[in-house]
Amino acid sequence: MPESKHIVRAYDEELQQLNELIGRMGGLAETQISNAITAVVERDSELAEEVKQADARVDEMETQINALALRLLALRQPMAIDLRYILSALRIASDLERIADHAENMCRRAADLSDLPPGLAVSGIQRLGKLVLVMLKDILDASLAGDTEKVVEVWLRDEEVDELYGSLFREYLTYMMENPRNIGACTSLLFVAKNVERIGDHITNIAETVFFRIRARPLQDSLPEREPPEAAGEKRTPSAGDGDA
Amino acid sequence: MALSYHAQPIRAAHQTATQAAPKMSARSVDVFYGEKQALFTVDLDIPEKHVTALIGPSGCGKSTFLRCLNRMNDVVDIARVTGEITMDGGNIYDLDIVELRARVGMVFQKPNPFPKSIYDNVAYGPRIHGLAANRDELDEAVFTSLEKAGLLKEVQDRLGQPGTSLSGGQQQRLCIARAIAVNPEVILMDEPCSALDPIATARIEELIDELRESYTIVIVTHSMQQAARVSQLTAFLHLGELVEVGNTEDIFTNPRDERTQGYITGRFG
Repeated sequence: MPESKHIVRAYDEELQQLNELIGRMGGLAETQISNAITAVVERDSELAEEVKQADARVDEMETQINALALRLLALRQPMAIDLRYILSALRIASDLERIADHAENMCRRAADLSDLPPGLAVSGIQRLGKLVLVMLKDILDASLAGDTEKVVEVWLRDEEVDELYGSLFREYLTYMMENPRNIGACTSLLFVAKNVERIGDHITNIAETVFFRIRARPLQDSLPEREPPEAAGEKRTPSAGDGDA
Repeated sequence: MALSYHAQPIRAAHQTATQAAPKMSARSVDVFYGEKQALFTVDLDIPEKHVTALIGPSGCGKSTFLRCLNRMNDVVDIARVTGEITMDGGNIYDLDIVELRARVGMVFQKPNPFPKSIYDNVAYGPRIHGLAANRDELDEAVFTSLEKAGLLKEVQDRLGQPGTSLSGGQQQRLCIARAIAVNPEVILMDEPCSALDPIATARIEELIDELRESYTIVIVTHSMQQAARVSQLTAFLHLGELVEVGNTEDIFTNPRDERTQGYITGRFG
């Protein structure tokens, strides 16, 4: 949150409230991802059901954040840092809501995995899940601390997620080719992996939003020279199964 | 009918206010009222055919600076202005004061029509400056000015009535018509909307936007929203110092100076 105080105290209180809502919504999204991964990995259908139920709470928080941000825009006519702060709250809330939706979608697949053939590894999903979970935690911390270096570092980490997703994709493809009876379960696992990968994309969105809020310029403009975008683009979309699961 | 979408660049290709050619320039301008210094070495270029907004807290020197541009401070006995102010490259102190004031017109905070008819209010300037050779030319000047000020339709049937019989917003537009009747190049506005309601304010703001096609406008305003709405260049003054000047969009989205940020976001400076 912007530091020094406004002359109108209620304005500060409202911004503080917005800050707390984003923090709580972020925490809720973290729990949803964590529970969804556990539900999938341990095939815990009760936990999966819990995640599905809790999604409504995330939606409710997004509605609250939208309402408060709208109120601030209408009544306070925010400028500069305040304006960027409020716009970023709206965008982050929207990304967190999508993240929670992906967690919920993962849980919808959990039921299909109860008859997963023995020996089919879910450890890859667990690793992928752990990766995005830490990314989300780190981006929320970096946002709170206004630490742009860390924001960029988290943004760059999405590449790891994409690579791991790519290798999981190939792994499950191999299982399917080995034994057609694996196709059902592997398709579900691929959808789960895709959901986790999409969560990573939303976290990069949040990173971009937070960076813009702090520096007032796009994150991409501030990156050191890296590999040409074509090569990176190819990496990001490992063959088929790219639709939103 | 299908909606068509035309992608447009966010930042238009035309010149930004900071790149435009200056109509007036201030260099190292200091202003003293007696012992007290009101402005400290102000350097500012006023871009031609743009709206420049001067913002800042009360007593920051924005009106003082505005009044330097048409040498209004000359009439204050204790005021002393140093530094250089030029218009089209020429020092304004080399110009005849009557000529300068005709070229650099002014509109004040409170509408101040003369206690004369609507017609005579607008005809006053062209008459004393000898801009109209006969009644037809004078009529032409009055009608054109009222039209440009967006007031003609409302007053054309009652040009003989006193200017003071108009509403506040109309009176202010009458003052703008009076200012443009002498074909000025620059129009200075000192909080022109502070005595007006939001509708009348919106009309004046719309008018300012139209007038910048033909005139260079400098406006002092306490309303940051107004500065954001009407100007292309914004200068922020604080304690007599020009803290920051830039394209309005940049000043209100990403000011560079902490003091500007503090002021426009409503924080303690």
